[in-house]
Amino acid sequence: MELTVTDLAVGRGGVPVLAGVSFVLGPGRALVLRGPNGSGKTTLLRTVAGLQVPMAGTVVGAEDRIAYAAHADGLKAALTVAENLRFWASVFGQSEIAPALAAFDLEDLVDRPAGRLSAGQKRRLGLARLMVTGRDVWVLDEPTVSLDAASVALFADAVRAHLARGGAALMATHIDLGIEAETLDVSGFRAAAARMDAADEAFL
Amino acid sequence: MRALFFRDLALALRAGGGFGLGLAFFLIVVVLVPFSVGPQSALLTQIAPGVLWLGALLACLLSLDRLLAVDWEDGALDLLATSPLPLEGIVAVKAAAHWVTTGLPLVLAAPVLGVLLNLAPSGYGVLVFSLALGTPALSMIGAFGAALTVGIKRGGLLLSLLVLPLYVPTLIFGAEAARRAAEGLDPVTPLLLLAGITLAVLAAMPFAAGAVLRVNLR
Repeated sequence: MELTVTDLAVGRGGVPVLAGVSFVLGPGRALVLRGPNGSGKTTLLRTVAGLQVPMAGTVVGAEDRIAYAAHADGLKAALTVAENLRFWASVFGQSEIAPALAAFDLEDLVDRPAGRLSAGQKRRLGLARLMVTGRDVWVLDEPTVSLDAASVALFADAVRAHLARGGAALMATHIDLGIEAETLDVSGFRAAAARMDAADEAFL
Repeated sequence: MRALFFRDLALALRAGGGFGLGLAFFLIVVVLVPFSVGPQSALLTQIAPGVLWLGALLACLLSLDRLLAVDWEDGALDLLATSPLPLEGIVAVKAAAHWVTTGLPLVLAAPVLGVLLNLAPSGYGVLVFSLALGTPALSMIGAFGAALTVGIKRGGLLLSLLVLPLYVPTLIFGAEAARRAAEGLDPVTPLLLLAGITLAVLAAMPFAAGAVLRVNLR
């Protein structure tokens, strides 16, 4: 099933950021968002993931299919690597965590509390979480932050395997992962700045 | 749902989880009251139900600002919101875990601390029962307050101000039931009202908290 975004307008704190964004993401496809800092990539991803309401336009085919990964990994420092993963697996109704541990080379760290992992290891655990969700559309916001070259390669392999299984990925990243992906530059969709007098009119 | 409940319990019980904070606070308040009031056992007996209920309520309030704020800060709340669990269920489960780690120890400690306040023997049973009946409402109302203030830096003050008025009915009827029992009167009416408040809170608050959380996550 395709994820179809039509004429989407998104905003942050009521201020429009992007407008008129349209794309279709089919099974086995990846779409990379590009654009300078503050151009609205995160806002767009949050809207597609359903955390924000679109200001206009529609997102079709996202219901209960999105696995979202943002800047924060949502890890609990007091729980071990395995406990963190197992928790997310059971939230999503899954039970297998071994393939995710293997894919991100976390097997030696299973019993270590997440609070004692390095930044890169935390990120790998955060990304391994995607694999235990069983969801087929990965929405990733700067997934490669604080990863070294070897870990980026692991991540690219995981995305490639996910796409080969018929999954899809929508990500904002600046690194070339070597994955066959379409690119969408969001800077071309910048919304016109909201006119303050228009806001006044609404109050008068 | 069950995974979230047991994760919250595990987090509360491990180092840095804050389990025991409310209990320690309750203990301190109740131990200090006889010193501040003076050695008048008749006066202590008279104020014991009210002091125990007030101590339990404030101890509950103490740990509320961490209820959702921790999950908000590390991003887990966003991820939970995109998970198959409904937000209403997430808030209800977190309130339940909060009650087990905060409210339940208070209920169990109350009779022991009642001795320190020279509580009348006839009051113990109803005191424990009224606390067991009322503290779930405190946790659930607190979860609603936490949902309202999630994302606000140092939102604890605002949370206390928002939640305190909602705590008043529970405090009035809980303390009244315990007082009546201690004085040998019939505590059934305030207990029924207390049960009514708790049931209404448990039925309605998860939905209010879920709706508020959905707005706050934007």
